[in-house]
Amino acid sequence: MTANSRFHLDRRALLAGAAGLGALTFLPGLLAAQEVPKKGGTLKMGIGGGSTTDDFDLRKMNDWVPVNQAYMVMNGLVEIDKDNKAQPELFESWEAQPGAIEWSFKVRQGVSFHNGKALTADDIIYSLNLHRGPDTPSGARSIAAVIKDLAKVSDSEVKITLESGNADLPYMLSDYHFLVVPDGFTDWAKPIGTGPFIPESIEPGVRGRFTRNPNYWKPGCANVDVVEVIVINDLSARTNALMSGQVQAINAVDFKTVDLLKRNPRVQVIQSAGGQHFTFPMNCTQAPFSDNNIRLAIKYSVDREQLLNTALRGYGQLGNDHPIPKTDRFFNTELPQRVYDPEKAKFHLKQAGLDKLDVTLQASDAAFAGAVDAAAIYRTAAAAAGINVTIQREPADGYWENVWMKAPFCMSYWGGRPTADQMLTIAYQSTSAQNDSYWKNEKFDQLLTEARALLDDEKRKAIYWELQQMISDEGGVMIPMFGDYLDGVSVQVKGVTPHPMFNLMGARFAEKVWLEA
Amino acid sequence: MGTLILQRLGLGLVTLVLVSVLVFAGTELLPGDVASSILGQNATPESLAALRTELGLNAGPVARYLSWAGGILHGDLGQSLANRQPVAGLLWPRFWNTMSLAAYAAVIAIPLALVLGIACAAFRGSFFDRAANVIALITASLPEYFLGLLLILFFSVQTGLLPSLADTWDGMGFGEWLKATTLPMIVLVLVTVAQIMRMTRTTVLGVMDQPYIETAFLKGMKNGRVVLRHATPNAIGPIVNVVAFNLTYLIAGVVLVEAIFNYNGLGRFMVDAVSKRDLPMVQAAAMVFASIYVGLNMLADILAIALNPRLRHPRAKEA
Repeated sequence: MTANSRFHLDRRALLAGAAGLGALTFLPGLLAAQEVPKKGGTLKMGIGGGSTTDDFDLRKMNDWVPVNQAYMVMNGLVEIDKDNKAQPELFESWEAQPGAIEWSFKVRQGVSFHNGKALTADDIIYSLNLHRGPDTPSGARSIAAVIKDLAKVSDSEVKITLESGNADLPYMLSDYHFLVVPDGFTDWAKPIGTGPFIPESIEPGVRGRFTRNPNYWKPGCANVDVVEVIVINDLSARTNALMSGQVQAINAVDFKTVDLLKRNPRVQVIQSAGGQHFTFPMNCTQAPFSDNNIRLAIKYSVDREQLLNTALRGYGQLGNDHPIPKTDRFFNTELPQRVYDPEKAKFHLKQAGLDKLDVTLQASDAAFAGAVDAAAIYRTAAAAAGINVTIQREPADGYWENVWMKAPFCMSYWGGRPTADQMLTIAYQSTSAQNDSYWKNEKFDQLLTEARALLDDEKRKAIYWELQQMISDEGGVMIPMFGDYLDGVSVQVKGVTPHPMFNLMGARFAEKVWLEA
Repeated sequence: MGTLILQRLGLGLVTLVLVSVLVFAGTELLPGDVASSILGQNATPESLAALRTELGLNAGPVARYLSWAGGILHGDLGQSLANRQPVAGLLWPRFWNTMSLAAYAAVIAIPLALVLGIACAAFRGSFFDRAANVIALITASLPEYFLGLLLILFFSVQTGLLPSLADTWDGMGFGEWLKATTLPMIVLVLVTVAQIMRMTRTTVLGVMDQPYIETAFLKGMKNGRVVLRHATPNAIGPIVNVVAFNLTYLIAGVVLVEAIFNYNGLGRFMVDAVSKRDLPMVQAAAMVFASIYVGLNMLADILAIALNPRLRHPRAKEA
């Protein structure tokens, strides 16, 4: 068996070479031959994060099952690739005027919806307008609010004018809320899109069955004939379904059990570094956290290595008290990694006129799985620095309503954003409704607005590096670690790559992969 | 006897009305609402306000209770707040799923438990009696969650005999359905058999201590015949009650079992609805569970009344 398939591959490699790939060395040629997508088969996915009440209303899209299914049926305007770069999708190309206020986008031609209607600028304008205006309940409302004017130039061109310059507009348009439906579409239970798969039957919160769109426009994609999605919210049920072979891919594997899953030879674990990070926000407007010395003492009193290795079993990266991940092109590589230093923490306490500090940390596993354990680990490390942490355990129910942004010191997380600007704007700009440390720094706000409008990446980089330094040194959030996205996938599934946005290849798993016969 | 049954029926109805108030009040107390749970961390004050207006969450609680309860009286369960679909259309398929799994388990568990319980009583103190009791104690005290995982580990992951997901869909064959639901059925059977069996044994043994049983033995009747002919029929009242109690568990208490095996029953439906704060869905599911609970208990009481000879043949008015 093995010898046969080896021979098969060698022969294919030779064929690939003959077909004009001779420039490649032998080994990449072999790999390239392995990576040729095959058509056919049924892909079964078990996804957590779905509910009986789900539909495809793009304005309310917020959970993993609807998001993954929406990407099966619809396309976005811009796609984030595995290297975290914005790539054309239904917007074929774009151009910004200097100042990044006026943008023109070309609409991809020759694409049609599942009902046969051809895609035009009107559909895109309708879809974007779902998230604009005073009455929209959209979760992407604040992202879309920067669009001052949205105009059709022709069937194949859209002009967008912003409130103020933003060089990251294409990245912002990659948000999963901005998928495209036909002009005037409202039947959110029966979605129509231009996507790789056509829904055959959808039972919300239970299952969905999708068949390949025979006219799909994206080359090398939509390889399987049928995708079946089974909603499995229970983590152990999901893991069992993968281990017993009932599904071929699951999302959000538990950090605690991933090492056990890895022992199974039929399963591969896909580990994607990205922007997901776990945070301890402090309210900068309340004593004692209004004193930056106290905030620094907290930041020096956490053993980041220990937290990463215990709470996440090492599946992540160290945090440096700012929210920009290593995968971002503007990540500050020069900023020294802050380490556990109880003496320095004591020094900062002394600067604040204290020799010990009592704080209450409100924690719940709602913040992230293992948050309560992480709080206990932090308490032990902080004790050596003279910081006495009392953990107040909160119920997961209603945590975001009742604790987050209300407690002076609690635990939280951010799922990551495609650009540095978006992440910094949402959680650190003083005017943001989600600035969860209530940190206010005029210079920061001003530099952030300035960098946003620059089209020159070198100049932007200099500013973002400074902003990361500012947050790390003065900000109100202790960020000990970034957590990788973990997926479990059967070895029969090919074409799977890590992706910096969310689980399951940025929710585009079904579109990209293929099955080995 | 007729008056007793009517009284019992009236009591059941009053209970249901009280339950509806409690369910409504309870769901009102849940922190957060459907708007904040739909939007999650993406919520901004403006989008929350817009969504609340769109969903009609601004009316007062009393007005909403009355319109909800009024709707139920007309058989209208309302609309889901999150996706605007009629609750009834979403709920009934899940209800029938729960009922079919419960029926599958009950058809096996109840006869098995009764036979085992009576046999234990008949052979009191024997090896069989003691072994059956120890096993029943073990299965009754292991949490469903743990039992389920043990079964999955052995039957699905190790041997691949049965699927770990109780994945059912419309139009699947009966054989396939049986295979898909066998593991959750086994968990339910293990948990309920233990209770019914122990209760049956105890009740039958309780009757066995009565003087008329002693008389039967003194007349020279065989042990088995005494148990079946004289003891069991007189123990039927309490047994009907424990059977009804376990039936309600099979229908209303299977939330955990549905979660482990990802079965699309009413329990998971309700968990979904609670986590989304979709109150019309939560309330409808809670009312269905409550009606089953009240209904089965009422039925058991009425049966016990009907089976009680002293009530079945009331004496003429005593002086």
